[in-house]
Amino acid sequence: MALNINGKELETDEEGYLLNLNEWTRDAAVELAKSESVEMTESHWEVIDFLREYYDEYQIAPAVRVLTKAIGKKLGKEKGNSKYLYELFPYGPAKQACKIAGLPKPTGCI
Amino acid sequence: MADFQVPEYREYPGAPIPLQEGATAHLKPFLAKPNHQEQLGFPGELVENWEEKAIAKMGDLLNRYRSLRVYMDACVKCGSCTDKCHYFQGTADPKNMPVARQDLMRSVYRRYFTLAGKYFPKLVGARDMTREVLDEWYSYFHQCSQCRRCSVFCPYGIDTAEISMAAREIMDSIGYGQKYCNEILGKLQTIGNNLGLPGKALESTLGEFEEEIEEDTGLPVKIPIDKVGADILLITPSADFFAEPHIDGLMGYAKVFHEAGVNWTLSSYASEAANFSMFIGSYDNLKVVAERIRKAALDLGVKRIIVGECGHAWRVAYSFWNTTAGIGSGGDEPYAQALQKQLDHNYPIPQHICEFIWDLIQKGKLRFDKSQTDWRTVTFHDSCNVARGSRMGNYPGGQFDIPRNVIKAVCNNYYDMDPDTIKEKTYCCGGGGGLLTDDLMEIRVKGALPRMEALNEVVKDHGVTHLAAICAICKAQFAKILPYYKFPMDMIVSTHQLVSEALVMTGSTQEEELDEE
Repeated sequence: MALNINGKELETDEEGYLLNLNEWTRDAAVELAKSESVEMTESHWEVIDFLREYYDEYQIAPAVRVLTKAIGKKLGKEKGNSKYLYELFPYGPAKQACKIAGLPKPTGCI
Repeated sequence: MADFQVPEYREYPGAPIPLQEGATAHLKPFLAKPNHQEQLGFPGELVENWEEKAIAKMGDLLNRYRSLRVYMDACVKCGSCTDKCHYFQGTADPKNMPVARQDLMRSVYRRYFTLAGKYFPKLVGARDMTREVLDEWYSYFHQCSQCRRCSVFCPYGIDTAEISMAAREIMDSIGYGQKYCNEILGKLQTIGNNLGLPGKALESTLGEFEEEIEEDTGLPVKIPIDKVGADILLITPSADFFAEPHIDGLMGYAKVFHEAGVNWTLSSYASEAANFSMFIGSYDNLKVVAERIRKAALDLGVKRIIVGECGHAWRVAYSFWNTTAGIGSGGDEPYAQALQKQLDHNYPIPQHICEFIWDLIQKGKLRFDKSQTDWRTVTFHDSCNVARGSRMGNYPGGQFDIPRNVIKAVCNNYYDMDPDTIKEKTYCCGGGGGLLTDDLMEIRVKGALPRMEALNEVVKDHGVTHLAAICAICKAQFAKILPYYKFPMDMIVSTHQLVSEALVMTGSTQEEELDEE
């Protein structure tokens, strides 16, 4: 499977996750979000940016609890809960937000 | 929400199910990629002469496991198992009857390994190993969560789980494995856990949890990692570091260890209790993974090994760690013997976290404020591999009583579900045995039907608000599928989350508030 972004083919796996993390662009994120029926807003970008920064440092997506705490610290307590994140990413912040951020899908008993 | 129909509750439990042939014949999980296969020692893709090689592997397994041959021969088609499988109940597909699932392999067994099948295949329902058969195997052996409920009702004790494990091992051996299990097992063997969570990320995550506990209790509770010279090594599913409600369970263990004053540690090298090798029937991989835990135990010099809330891990720990790694009695290699000398045999080896805390509760060493959980009314979901594949305590049925005793010690409001759906007759959550993957969501939702029916009953009759579990798979599965049945996703809780809520730690803000009253 592949995603066509501005004339460039980006390869994805069976579930639509980018195979090459470095090919991710903001345009790609918008397309990936569309495939998930998520419309990107400022609030979505805040989460996506945090995920990519975290991944850069730790080579894995953060635990949901870590994500909610970080969002809470950065954007205010009312946003620091999983309900807020599920409103943004209804299929679950871990998997859906990772996909849009171009990160590999978290695996395991989650 | 879904591109399939969520099953309706039936009029009453066990109501007859009108059959729908081929209802879930379209379901099959993603195939493992060549690199997922090869890192576990399997061929990358379907090999040439795979038919022959599959039969040769079946012969090998029949010789290795006498149980498998007995299961192939013993079935008398009495029909007792037919309606006992949650996947059959949820899909009405007759191929999901346990006997039909067994027959997928039995028909091939008869063709190649019995006299009658060799000469008169049609008369005895024997089939050649063909592409059609392989496709059917791949589909329906991944619609079995190896929960063993059917075997409880089989008068011969035929264990469909073992047949499904053997089938998956045969498929792996010819290069036709499942992505979910095999990719994860690869991460476990290279990085140390199913998530692929590297040491640095793990340390940072644990730091966040410590902070959260301190904010809550005012106490500097630690979650130590790689602490040489600790007495206890905790082996817990990596989902406890990542997912909800698992994380709350982990913080519960940390608080209990702190309150008990024991010297404990996690290991970044063996930061996983899960061992999916069992799901794919691979003894070789099971041993490799178990040996990681032995190495961590030897390197850290621990005296005890405790296992966190993980269903199949407890079966692996209880039944296979002894001979594969020398954790428990057994194992005759030098490393196994070294570990035997190092461990403290005054304690169970390995010990379940519920056994550990129940012991403390019985000795009166923990103080609880049960009013903290009064807003909840709780029921308990027995995990298949704990209920039917292992034990806790020192008497039969301890695995049913001990988790319930723990919950009742911290919650005033507790009700059991229908007796036909708990303890040794418990229903799978629907996501066990390597099926906890998005590509199998349809079977996961449908297979949860009997558990959801039983839950719905106690919700209606007793106002149950929460479902407690002791398994990472069960927790993740319920968090995902509860909303399909119109329950909130946070209805599922970790058992040690409840403990954590009621625990009054010495010197904590909770203690201070309570004593002021």
